[in-house]
Amino acid sequence: MSQNNGSSTSLRLKTGLAEMLKGGVIMDVTNADQATIAEQAGAVAVMALERVPAQIRAEGGVARMASPKKIREIMAAVSIPVMAKCRIGHFAEAQILQELGVDYIDESEVLTPADEAHHVDKHGFKTPFVCGARNLGEALRRIAEGAAMIRTKGEAGTGDVVHAVKHIRQIVQEMKILTVLSEIATPADAALVMHLGAEAVFVGSGIFMKDSTTFAEPEEAARRARAIVRATTHYNDPKVLLEVSEDLTGAMKGLAVSALDEAHMLQTRGW
Amino acid sequence: MGKTKRELLRGFRHPETTMTIGVLAIQGDFDAHRKRLQELGAEVILVRKPEQLDQIDGLIIPGGESGAFLKILGALGIEKLKEFVLLKPTFGTCAGAIMLAKEITNPEQPGLGALDIRIRRNAYGRQIDSSIRTGRLGDSPLEMVFIRAPKIERVGAGVEVLATEGKDPVVVRQGKAMAATFHPELSDDTRVHRAFLELIGNGQPH
Repeated sequence: MSQNNGSSTSLRLKTGLAEMLKGGVIMDVTNADQATIAEQAGAVAVMALERVPAQIRAEGGVARMASPKKIREIMAAVSIPVMAKCRIGHFAEAQILQELGVDYIDESEVLTPADEAHHVDKHGFKTPFVCGARNLGEALRRIAEGAAMIRTKGEAGTGDVVHAVKHIRQIVQEMKILTVLSEIATPADAALVMHLGAEAVFVGSGIFMKDSTTFAEPEEAARRARAIVRATTHYNDPKVLLEVSEDLTGAMKGLAVSALDEAHMLQTRGW
Repeated sequence: MGKTKRELLRGFRHPETTMTIGVLAIQGDFDAHRKRLQELGAEVILVRKPEQLDQIDGLIIPGGESGAFLKILGALGIEKLKEFVLLKPTFGTCAGAIMLAKEITNPEQPGLGALDIRIRRNAYGRQIDSSIRTGRLGDSPLEMVFIRAPKIERVGAGVEVLATEGKDPVVVRQGKAMAATFHPELSDDTRVHRAFLELIGNGQPH
């Protein structure tokens, strides 16, 4: 007696999964081993990527949807939801990801935009979408297009939380209705955005990268991942935050957003 | 939906004493449960620390990721919860139902053992297979929101089936523990949560 026809039913199922992710950490991963580390650390979902944002930023070139083979390996390795990114406006990539069976599609500014005028019409998809936004206007445009979850854009691949904070302040001040997620790099960053109203946390390059081109040791990555999960649950408890921060030998080196010129910013992609 | 005469007469046994219900809030849709419980007049504590379990009359384990729950709780948190479910009423939805089970598959993982059931994680498939269905609670229809839901594959002798969808048991109870494989907290119908509050009030859901 399935009743999946109405679009309101479809939206309830899409936002329903977003509800289940609340208070959790979603981690960027590029292979099955990293996905397993993320799941073991208590991540509630993983984002399957060809390269993490820090690598994309360092290496340049056109960044596209990850290869379906890679995504399939990640889906087989973990039992938590698997998300994957498509390029802004690239509805054909989105259709491939839906066919593949990913649990959430991220129409993402981290990849090279495919359409300079239109985002994907997300109402037509059964798979839910998450989209980035810098302010309420952008968030509402994405919701009007059918997004079921909004994340702040921040400035991906820098490890600098300053723009995530700026964007979340702008969005949350005016909107209390939708799951908002924010990209961060350290346990303290996670606590900060949760205090500001984030309902879940995305960790981009911060866990698996030593700097923008080399990977961290798996043990170090696992330690960072566990620390960020605990900090997200106990964001309100400085005692726990101190405890989890103490164990860490350092986060990804990072890149201060203030040192970036506008042309190198990813957040200005999409509108 | 109109209430039956029996439901109207029953009400809560002790309207003068407010119940304090904990909702495990380490991750998941705990806020949807908080809202529902407050609508029904209960005091709610969002439980993030073991010592908070001592302050509540009953506990809800919400939907979310059961594997993440286990990792975040750690060995100590799991032990504390195992003690709690023996002492006080506990209700789990979706991931919470998985937590309460004795036997868990796909993949195998430890549970609290409060319900003698075997439950299969992600039994319907991935998010694209999530659905809203109409099942039966006792004699009447009930909307059920299934999101990457588990299925109860075996029900032990002491387990009572309170609701079904098709042939599948979807709400079960054994002693003080109750579980739903779907998300009553995401529907407007309050009957399943009321049944849990009655379990706390009377020790019986009927």
